[in-house]
Amino acid sequence: MSETFTKSMARNIFYGGAVFFFLLFLALTFDTVQSVPKRSHSEGVTDSVIRGKHIWETRDCIGCHTLLGEGAYFAPELGNVYKRRGGEFIKAWIRAQPTGAPGRRQMPQFNLTDQQLDDLVNFLKWTSEINTTRNWPPNIEG
Amino acid sequence: MQYKSQAVAKPYFIAAIGLFVGQILFGLIMGYQYVVGDFLFPAIPFNVARMVHTNLLIVWILFGFMGAAYYLIPEEAETELFSPKLAWIMFWIFLVAGALTIVGYLAVPYATLAKMTGNDILATMGREFLEQPLPTKVGIVIVALAFLFNISMTVLKGRKTSISLVLLLGLWGLAIFFLFSFYNPSNLVMDKYFWWWTVHLWVEGVWELILGAMLAFVLIKITGVDREVIEKWLYIIIAMTLITGIIGTGHHYFWIGTPEYWQWFGSVFSALEPIPFFMMTVFAFNMVNRRRREHPNKAATLWALGTSVMAFLGAGVWGFLHTLSPVNFYTHGTQITAAHGHLSFYGAYAMVNLTMISYAMPMLRGRSANSGSAQIMEMWSFWLMTVSMVFITLFLTAAGILQIWLQRMGTTPLGFMAAQDQVMLFYWLREITGFVFLIGLVLYIWSFFCKKGTAQAAA
Repeated sequence: MSETFTKSMARNIFYGGAVFFFLLFLALTFDTVQSVPKRSHSEGVTDSVIRGKHIWETRDCIGCHTLLGEGAYFAPELGNVYKRRGGEFIKAWIRAQPTGAPGRRQMPQFNLTDQQLDDLVNFLKWTSEINTTRNWPPNIEG
Repeated sequence: MQYKSQAVAKPYFIAAIGLFVGQILFGLIMGYQYVVGDFLFPAIPFNVARMVHTNLLIVWILFGFMGAAYYLIPEEAETELFSPKLAWIMFWIFLVAGALTIVGYLAVPYATLAKMTGNDILATMGREFLEQPLPTKVGIVIVALAFLFNISMTVLKGRKTSISLVLLLGLWGLAIFFLFSFYNPSNLVMDKYFWWWTVHLWVEGVWELILGAMLAFVLIKITGVDREVIEKWLYIIIAMTLITGIIGTGHHYFWIGTPEYWQWFGSVFSALEPIPFFMMTVFAFNMVNRRRREHPNKAATLWALGTSVMAFLGAGVWGFLHTLSPVNFYTHGTQITAAHGHLSFYGAYAMVNLTMISYAMPMLRGRSANSGSAQIMEMWSFWLMTVSMVFITLFLTAAGILQIWLQRMGTTPLGFMAAQDQVMLFYWLREITGFVFLIGLVLYIWSFFCKKGTAQAAA
């Protein structure tokens, strides 16, 4: 780089750029946070949904599945599983694990109670109703 | 080694390499579970193996960063470390806490671990990469603060160079953005939004400052190029990093229930994120071409150049590949993401640590470079690991493209598992290549014990 462009100029671009774009990021964050309740139907976040999220987290479901595309890629997307399979299927599926089919991917048995299964399904139902851009995922298979 | 207290870096580097081995072994287990689904089930289910794989990665990279700081800061500040004793205490706390966490993942069901460790008091667990129990998270904060206190005090009492300032900024940012791991709102959209404040603002933000500072330090040492020139490059690279990378967080806000404007902000700014990585490649090659000395450590030079190239390919090119929102609509949450994750983490953060270790470890062992035969072995390990990681990435990319085609496009999309069965060939190829990577890693460790030939005397 030429001699006219000095280290202190580079340093000023760094500090100026970082501060400016972080402030812009904060402003966008403020706007986003305002819009989340409406887009996610936050009135639907019931105690049951909150308990369901807790089940989701404490069984580390994200370690195999994706949820709105984030997580591991070993097992199906679950952001829209409620629409794909329905609540009763989800509960029956979880109860029936592991399949024990030789050589196939296995899901652990979590011994969830009926109440816990209902909470988990309510969480997945609420998640499937979040207003995602272009209605992601691209199709029902997730 | 110019300052006695730099020696404390050595256990950090050794621990980093040890945990790296663990990470790769669990990666091989997962790779095998991809093709033989019930392998090791129910002893080690996939999600447990993945937690161990990714958490070991994070912990060994952090060990590497801390070791690098303990080596680099005294030399830059031209003074002994504020407290080597504190560094030793933190080393053992971090190592024991890390080991206990991994044992916890493997020994008890995750839900039991959550109950045992107070997740009901403050629920932070069960989110990708932030699976650590509460006591571990608190431990990370304590270790990070003690570490930052130690190196900040060292810089305060010594010479303040741009490299140490940038490194400090990066490390302070690392600690601050980790605090978002304690924030877990019950609304999933909010949870995901701020989860990225730790994950994205680490790897596409402040960690790049740390990477840049480490690379700049090694380049000054091995090329002898004027500090003013190198630091000017460093500032301009990290300026571009934050100018593109902060708003670039928006590429994670496409499909999680956040407003539409993130499609534009995220696409445009993250499409510019390769620029700082490309500058880093130009920078590294330029400095080595303009070198004013022939440093006997050829292996470290290779690692430094390799880091700049592979970080550009992994983070820059493979990131750009799926960062535009019309593309990401189809690629989001597929093997494409896994491909990018592997090459970017290896190319940027694994390799910069191996660069630093390659440069510093001989010094810490009382010589300016290892013997010729040890260096040749190390360079073989460089090529084996790097080339196999490129192929792992290519195989995952192929699997991803096929997966998208079968599962997300066309009029009769396949279900997830049916699509997985169709791409099995690429998972087999990935797993075989993983063993080549392991051979490279074994060779790398072996190079530390290579006795043939004579080492270069200390400079």
